[in-house]
Amino acid sequence: MHATVRPALSVNLPPIVTNAAARETFAGLTMRMTVSKVNFFYGSKQTLFDVSMGIATNKVTSLIGPSGCGKSTLLRTLNRMHETVRHARLEGEILLDGQNILAQDVTAYRRRVGMVFQRPNPFPKSIFDNVAYGLRINGSKLPLAEAVEKSLRHAALWDEVKDHLQKSAYELSGGQQQRLCIARALAVEPEVLLLDEPCSALDPISTAKIEELLVQLKDLCTIAIVTHNMQQAARVSDFTAFLLIGQLIEFNPTPQLFTTPADPRTEAYITGRFG
Amino acid sequence: MERHFEKDINELKERLLWMGSLAERAVHQSVHAVLESDEQLANRVLAEEDAINELQMEVDDRVVQLLALHQLMAVDLRFVLAVSRINNDLERIGDQAVNIAQGALRVLRHPRVKPYVDLPRMSELTEEMVRSALNAVVRRDVELAQKVLASDDQVDHYRDQIFRELLTYMMGDSSVVFPAFELILVAKNLERIGDHATNIAEDVIYLVQGQDIRHNTVDRR
Repeated sequence: MHATVRPALSVNLPPIVTNAAARETFAGLTMRMTVSKVNFFYGSKQTLFDVSMGIATNKVTSLIGPSGCGKSTLLRTLNRMHETVRHARLEGEILLDGQNILAQDVTAYRRRVGMVFQRPNPFPKSIFDNVAYGLRINGSKLPLAEAVEKSLRHAALWDEVKDHLQKSAYELSGGQQQRLCIARALAVEPEVLLLDEPCSALDPISTAKIEELLVQLKDLCTIAIVTHNMQQAARVSDFTAFLLIGQLIEFNPTPQLFTTPADPRTEAYITGRFG
Repeated sequence: MERHFEKDINELKERLLWMGSLAERAVHQSVHAVLESDEQLANRVLAEEDAINELQMEVDDRVVQLLALHQLMAVDLRFVLAVSRINNDLERIGDQAVNIAQGALRVLRHPRVKPYVDLPRMSELTEEMVRSALNAVVRRDVELAQKVLASDDQVDHYRDQIFRELLTYMMGDSSVVFPAFELILVAKNLERIGDHATNIAEDVIYLVQGQDIRHNTVDRR
């Protein structure tokens, strides 16, 4: 007779919950940012129409949709990057912790809401100086070297670069450069981290490393990610927003959106029927 | 590199094994309710049926979620598909155990038809098949799975033997028809449990080797 290796029935096991949505505990969920009736214009061309949604605290929210749907535009409004574009106009309200983001100093605001872009864009400096740059300007609670190490560890890059901190950032691989950009953004301890297709220029292994990193990082900050790869959204995000021609079609917990989407247009997109 | 979906896969495995433990226990208790004419044991099986059914729903829900969200490949994909099938077999084993328990409650109202000889042997073999099938899942043990498959014929043989013997008793004494018929049904339920255990064993072979050996008697020996 073979010995059995199974949970003893006398042990307290988690309760049976038949439905995924019920399994996800939304108790205590708050919205770090809220977007209310946002309309966006490039000159006379309107590109976002009455978008309202939230970015949940310490969760990953993904924005998906076909090319030109407005997902990157929406992401950029969240840290006011649109202000660098002539004739760009935002109507509506965006709040961070209940405060209107437009009412704050933009430089100070962008320290609270960091951005990582599609193409890794490290500064033409050493690895150390890339991370230290923001700390030198904004000040750091820790000694600089310690703060740099902390950020590089959070970006899962420390072990790979700890013996070469003075090397140029350009000597790193694409995936490492992108993680360096994440470390640079994390160094100033942002409340929210925005990522605009952070893996589209990377190989599959680097992509997987960054995806695992994002899942861990949400304990540190709130994350919003734009991705044209809906499988990536399914893998890493807790909430997903589907946009189409500037409109928010559906915004739901990721498991729900990818198994039983509420809108037929969402279903058509995620099943590859269009887009 | 550890991926975060592995946590979900491990949780799925734990829930399935918990369900297996409940199903195993239900078979054991229901059969002993018959053999020992134990009404309390039979009622305990009936009371615990809901837990198995709800676990089936939870496991299915987790399977759908894993498949939708994580684009599983190779062994991970086969594992989740195998779990989905094993889930159904475990729920059916639970149902058969309930049928046996209900039979026990009816049988114990009558004097015993005859000393139970083959029924305990059949139940011991069937329980061993269920236990081994689940162990094969835990350990991904193809050899153990094949032993389960090889036991199926003996279970069928016991069912036929019990049927023939009880038929003789029924023909000789009409007062025993009711309890004897119930015992035939218990043997039938046990034989079905054996079939479900072999299904689980086939799923283990699919999971480990990627081979679908259902309906193929050649590969079972």
